[in-house]
Amino acid sequence: MDLFLQNIVNGLQWGSFYALIALGYSMVYSILMLFNFAHGDVFMVGSYIGFGVATALLGFVAMTGIPLPGWLILILTILFSMFFTSFVGMFIERVGYRPLRDAPRASAAITGLMIGIILETGNLAILGARRLSFPQLIESATYQFGGVYVTNKKILIVGVSLGLMYLLHRFIQKSKWGMAMRAMSFDFQAVPLMGVSINKIAPLTFAIGSALASAAGILYGLAYPVLDPYMGILLGWKAFVAAILGGRGSILGAALAGFLLGFIEIFVAWIFPSTLRDVIAYSIILLILSFRPHGFFGQAHSTQLRL
Amino acid sequence: MNSQGFTARKEKKGFRTRLQSFIDGTPLIGWLLAIFCAVLVEYFLGDLISYYLGLPKIPVLFGFLTVLKKPLLVPGTIGYLILVYGLPIFLIIKALQKPANKLADFLDKRPVTIAALVHLGLFYAALHLWADMSDYRLLVLKLTMIAVMLTLSINVINGYMGEFSCSHPGFMALGAYTASTLTLLFFANDKQFGDALLPVYLGPYFFPLALIAGGIAAALGALVIAIPSFRTRGDYLAIISLAFLFIVKSVIENLEFVGGPRGMSSQPHYSTLPVVFIVMVLCIWIINNFVRSTMGKALNAVRDNELAAEAMTVNTRKTKIITFMFGAFWAGVAGGLFAHVLRYVNPGSFGIQRLAEILAMVYFGGLNSVTGSIVGAVSINILSEALRPLEIYKWIIIPLLLILVMLFRPTGLIAFTEFKPKELMKPKEKLVGE
Repeated sequence: MDLFLQNIVNGLQWGSFYALIALGYSMVYSILMLFNFAHGDVFMVGSYIGFGVATALLGFVAMTGIPLPGWLILILTILFSMFFTSFVGMFIERVGYRPLRDAPRASAAITGLMIGIILETGNLAILGARRLSFPQLIESATYQFGGVYVTNKKILIVGVSLGLMYLLHRFIQKSKWGMAMRAMSFDFQAVPLMGVSINKIAPLTFAIGSALASAAGILYGLAYPVLDPYMGILLGWKAFVAAILGGRGSILGAALAGFLLGFIEIFVAWIFPSTLRDVIAYSIILLILSFRPHGFFGQAHSTQLRL
Repeated sequence: MNSQGFTARKEKKGFRTRLQSFIDGTPLIGWLLAIFCAVLVEYFLGDLISYYLGLPKIPVLFGFLTVLKKPLLVPGTIGYLILVYGLPIFLIIKALQKPANKLADFLDKRPVTIAALVHLGLFYAALHLWADMSDYRLLVLKLTMIAVMLTLSINVINGYMGEFSCSHPGFMALGAYTASTLTLLFFANDKQFGDALLPVYLGPYFFPLALIAGGIAAALGALVIAIPSFRTRGDYLAIISLAFLFIVKSVIENLEFVGGPRGMSSQPHYSTLPVVFIVMVLCIWIINNFVRSTMGKALNAVRDNELAAEAMTVNTRKTKIITFMFGAFWAGVAGGLFAHVLRYVNPGSFGIQRLAEILAMVYFGGLNSVTGSIVGAVSINILSEALRPLEIYKWIIIPLLLILVMLFRPTGLIAFTEFKPKELMKPKEKLVGE
């Protein structure tokens, strides 16, 4: 029982990475009906930007002697890196997606993939092949509830992810921009006629998605402090699967499916040998998808490939 | 005034018009002859020429590798290229343009098969001599041919059928592992499966069967994907095939009898250049016939408008499933060849990276086009080999190139064309007296 609860906690932590990344995929899809295949690498870039910001802040503290507490540095790191990474997202939209809005959908997928490769290789070329270790900004502490061990990092990771998701929900439901985004995802041909420019909404969507990916990257760095340029590939593709599972374009679905994927992976690794994790996890997903082809919350609309 | 202008225009024979008639007036067989002669020159005089030009050895890949490593050797390399390739090709074509046209005309009157065999034989002879000069060339050539097969087979699915399939590396892995298991089990004494079950000398004769078995394994894998995923249209196949790719890789990693994550090695040396060449030619021929058949046309109809196709009595579901399995079959065959070229396979080589590579080749070359696939596979492969000295910057240059291609030609360089071998082999000038 304790082990079960422990795995729930682990699954929550592991799922929050997937959920945060999957949100970015899903939001872009809901506006443009395209997947941003560079998103996994945006997560990686966000993590590296977080590394840079944290190092700079620590250097600032060491230089000036102002005693900033660790949690403040962490919050500043998350905020700054979300800000900087959103520009990466906007750049991807401008270079890879805007010129191809009327092209076959697969072409934009290819540019996304290629931008992803450029981000990985560029990172490798600039920073070299050595792996960086993410600075530990807060002291690690372990609490015990019954037989369940919870570190303060796990609480922080899950808390920050849930908080960000709540903020995103508020933004999309209550703000004017959010309303524009919802309208755009409802009908992206009629809404521009109402004076909402897709050239503003699409970059905004990419920016928000990238900012969330960046937050995920920093939280990932806190939990697993080794950064390498290819860390975004596998996590990104799996989050992509989660975004599909949640229903294309559904924000709530993406978040839930992200957590679900985390739970499935953790529990499969707990019950079966961990090498079988991918086989069983993806078989379960295929099974779910064969019963609900449009995911949990997706609408059944037929998207003809514009070829 | 008028007649003067006319004569003036007629007399005007600038460099460009002459070049144009030089290129347009030469049939394919003429080019092949010229290339063959150039390779002959390199085969017999290459060492000598490179020695006198101050090059350490024959520039292996048209001098790209030499130049990128040692920029000082640029003049020597250019001189070598001109002396060995440029000059012989130019002279031969200059001398043989008329006879070559006559020959092409002669072949044009024979059945297509004979003409095609003559062309292919000449082409193979040139390739064989070219690859004979260094092992590196041989390997690059074999891998390029396998890439051509892979690109063609994914073009059938992504281009002609208009779905987005991500599972090609998975099909390749199925083919590679099935073929390797069969050859290692029956025809090789190795530590994985022990002694050969059949006499070893029979191996090369049964190799095609092993390849076909690999293809069938991949096609069965495709059936597993196809049954659930062609119920709805759209990006559904992309996801299922992606999950399939992960599953295949993971299953192979867990199968201990095929080596698990370590992979399988010491496959017998069956993928020689002629074998790979013949399989590639078969692949191009069969796929080209497939996409030009009624089935292929039905496929395009399904892609452009599924409802309309259904109304026109196309059995869309059957068409899609058969096509998907057909594409997967050739990916499996290519995988089997791949395993026997490298004589080592591990699950790591069939991951997302390989997928990005295959997608890059097919979208660079052009969708819905056999010629485009060949061009895309050959150019991306040669480019990635030629840029090898740049190390990781190679993987910035190639994606950038692909992004540019996508921005300016969203369907690829040579998209939506038909590959007609008969047209290709026609004589280029009407002969006098005809």
